[in-house]
Amino acid sequence: MRLWRFFHRSDRDRELAGELQSYLQHETDDLVALGFPRDEAERQARVRLGNSTRIREDEWRWNSLEWVENLRRDVSHAARTLGRSPGFAIMAVLVMALGIGANATLFTVVRSVLLKPLPFKDPDRLVMLYERSSVVQFAWNIIAPGVYTEWKKHATSFQNMSIFGGASYNLSGDGGPIPEKIEAARVSSEFFPTLGVSAAYGRVFDASDDRPQADATVVLSWGLWKRRYGGDSSILGRKILIDAAPYTVIGVMPAWFAYPDAQVQVWTAFHHEVPPEQLLDLDNHSFMAIARLRPGISMAQALSEIDTITRRLRELYGGDKPAISIGANMRPLLDDMVVDFKTPLYVLLAATCCVLFIACINVANLLVARAAARRREVAIRTALGGSRWRLIRGQLTETLLLALAGGAIGLVFAYFALEWLLRVRQDIAREETIHMDWVVVSFTVGVTLLSALLAGFIPALAASGKGVLSALQDSSRSNTSGQGKARLRKLLLSLEVSLTVVLLVAAGLLLKSYEKLRSTDMGCTTDNVLTMRLSLPEAQYSKPEQRTGFYEQLLLRVRALPGVTAAGLVNVVPGQGYGGDNLLWITEHPPLPKGQMQIARRRYADPGYFAAMQIPILEGRTFSDQERLQNANRIIVSQQFVREFFPGEDPIGKHVVVHLLPERHEPYEIIGVVGDTRFEISQPLQSMMYFPLFSGDRGYTARAVIVVRARHDVESLAIPVQQVIQSVDRNLPVAYVLTMNRLIGASTVQASFSSTLILGFAILSLMLAAVGLYGVLSYLAAQRTSEIGVRIALGAQPNQVLRLMLLDGLRPAWIGLAFGLLGGLLASRLIRSMLYHVRPLDASVYVSVSAVLMCVAAVSCLLPAWRASRMDPMHALRVE
Amino acid sequence: MPRAEQEQKNEMLQGTLDMLVLRTLLTGPAHGHTIAHVIERGSHDVLQVEQGSLYPALHRLEDRGWVASYWGLSENNRRARFYKLTAAGRKHLVTETSRWRQMVEAIGLILGEKEQQSS
Repeated sequence: MRLWRFFHRSDRDRELAGELQSYLQHETDDLVALGFPRDEAERQARVRLGNSTRIREDEWRWNSLEWVENLRRDVSHAARTLGRSPGFAIMAVLVMALGIGANATLFTVVRSVLLKPLPFKDPDRLVMLYERSSVVQFAWNIIAPGVYTEWKKHATSFQNMSIFGGASYNLSGDGGPIPEKIEAARVSSEFFPTLGVSAAYGRVFDASDDRPQADATVVLSWGLWKRRYGGDSSILGRKILIDAAPYTVIGVMPAWFAYPDAQVQVWTAFHHEVPPEQLLDLDNHSFMAIARLRPGISMAQALSEIDTITRRLRELYGGDKPAISIGANMRPLLDDMVVDFKTPLYVLLAATCCVLFIACINVANLLVARAAARRREVAIRTALGGSRWRLIRGQLTETLLLALAGGAIGLVFAYFALEWLLRVRQDIAREETIHMDWVVVSFTVGVTLLSALLAGFIPALAASGKGVLSALQDSSRSNTSGQGKARLRKLLLSLEVSLTVVLLVAAGLLLKSYEKLRSTDMGCTTDNVLTMRLSLPEAQYSKPEQRTGFYEQLLLRVRALPGVTAAGLVNVVPGQGYGGDNLLWITEHPPLPKGQMQIARRRYADPGYFAAMQIPILEGRTFSDQERLQNANRIIVSQQFVREFFPGEDPIGKHVVVHLLPERHEPYEIIGVVGDTRFEISQPLQSMMYFPLFSGDRGYTARAVIVVRARHDVESLAIPVQQVIQSVDRNLPVAYVLTMNRLIGASTVQASFSSTLILGFAILSLMLAAVGLYGVLSYLAAQRTSEIGVRIALGAQPNQVLRLMLLDGLRPAWIGLAFGLLGGLLASRLIRSMLYHVRPLDASVYVSVSAVLMCVAAVSCLLPAWRASRMDPMHALRVE
Repeated sequence: MPRAEQEQKNEMLQGTLDMLVLRTLLTGPAHGHTIAHVIERGSHDVLQVEQGSLYPALHRLEDRGWVASYWGLSENNRRARFYKLTAAGRKHLVTETSRWRQMVEAIGLILGEKEQQSS
């Protein structure tokens, strides 16, 4: 009813005016009838009616909703005020938009990746199991199948437990579509029940599929099914060729299901894929295990149970097999998936919060300045009866308008920022779950309101705290209250500067580690080298001769391609990762004490690999063409290997025992020493041993990376090389066609991303702080115009005035810097895990941050200070 | 501050004015000028109706559905807004009248008692 009246109040006012008019006419008529002259009658009628405007106003107010009315008035007043200084308004809105947008973006990512529960049944009870090795580097080691079997047999804390491992297959020859290499997971039949997931179509594995002698079966991902099989449900029960062997499709997983990760396109049955003899291994760490805790069992209980089992195994068999782990480890599945992203994402979120906070302070600061300029206006309004709350509300409305505009633009900004982020950061775990939703939107609205409050309350409280009378009496010659305002501004400014310094320190540390990371020597050439991965299916390449034959053909033809300088084959290129390792014993050395072990990374290379990658041969020689197949008991070791196992000895001609295959029981002779290469850019060097790829060793030589070096434009060779591969085997797909630089770049993307973004935020904050410093000093100079005028008139030199003003202006910068450096020390601890070869207390970073900050501060203070020192005293004294 | 006091006074009068207006309309539809006149004449000019209270009172009554209004021609051929009593208004008038009678009686009793005691 009230609302109805509110919206119809204009109509009603018109009616009332009509009614009053009608009253006047009737009264006049009456008076005329009584004998009054017409004009006298009209006058008397009006007297009787009283103040018609007042009547209408009362009625108007009765029809109005007070708060709506006030809001409308506040908003239009605020809009007018902002419109009067559009530069300020635009700048404030943009700064807010950036702050809010960055926050919304990071919040979306953090929520999707770190906070949202996994889409599985009771995800809190899902855990990832690990072994704990005696080597610190392997405190979270993947598991040996024999240990898993013991856990499964004896542990009672788990409702379900499943073993699984990665795989990659060639999907080919099923009539038509080109062959392709796909990522896959080999999972035991408990895998899907443990996660509590079932197939969208068909079924998942049951125990009868998960046996060595069972028929080969496969479960497809939704993506592969749609893409390669056109979403045709008749694929169920049909056979497809995986590594040239027929597999029956039994199910299709739902579209949202992406575990172990989003790259996995098919799942196969673990025990069908992995040879039974391998399952007894207690010290061959090659698989992963996931488990569901029994209700009511805590992580600690479950962990102590499998830890005990593992320790017992170690005690029983550790003497002969020193690589058996000394215990177990466990963490929640979600933590396990996001472990590499938690700190960087939270650090980025913290940085965006800082930026928004700085933006709010900046806006508050500008508002305080304006409030000071409007002191008279405010005082007059107070004197005329404007309540204090009314004045605060006016200020808040202003910041609310700014923040709302900023929030709206920020949301749009966040949308595009997310699109960009998803494009450049496809390595983030659970990346497929990142999207904006209503929670993000309401978060953004909340942040917007909070920013408005923060930016509005500070100046608002400052604006209306002073006595009316003193403000009205205050002339520009007495500066006390003006100084009070300046104190608040300086305080805000110090805060702003210190946050900026924290950001600068973090950015400096991260940038320095990124530089260190990028300048790491990989130990091989990385320019103009192209790599691509291929794997030879067991069905067609079961014999060693078939594999070596293929590789020889391939190298022969690739090396003959025009533009190719050199080419080689290796199972894992530098920077590609772990790649497997083995225990070793040196024949010429005394036997190791019981329980001790020696480990080195295992690589398979062809004779030309070292030349192709320009890895220097420091001693001895590379493999010869004769060292192949049965006659291949030779290895080449890395410099680190010599440092670790042959200190002060000549390794050439020494012998090493490695249990690769039962038929290779003879010790390997070391024939050469090559330079070190890094298996992962951010990791310390590891000892490496290279076996001849042309041995054709079963299980080790089916996968290879071909490396092709050219003098220039190596990318242009990608197509010709792939054509050569097709010409050798039409059905062989290649994958990961990458230059070495791209391959290494991919592993530093997180470091480059975090450091670049935080640097961006830091620069933005620095700019805001500079604007703030400039603003405060200009304001101070204006406040003290007359004082400075008197000083100059009394003989102060411009330099003295300049120094006076500079010192005054730089004080907030100094204070802010001091607190900021302290904050930086704390922040550097938080980002310690993101640093590479840079100590959190790296002095050079702190020194350069201080230098940059003081330079910027000095520059932004110089102009107002200089202007003050050049003031004409006569002009200054005449002001007011 | 004076505003609150004034409002209070208005409110006190309002109830009575409402009742008088409704009573006036019992004889048939009338416009504002007539209503004011009828009340003034009927009370032998003791009650003076202020236009500033009459029109808001009429609108309030209309708002509550006790009277309805329409524009029409008055007895001396001028446009005027006529108000007429609705069924709800008639019912309200009955209850208000009896309440008023009770109140007057009660107040009279008290005033009468006081006179007795003081004498």
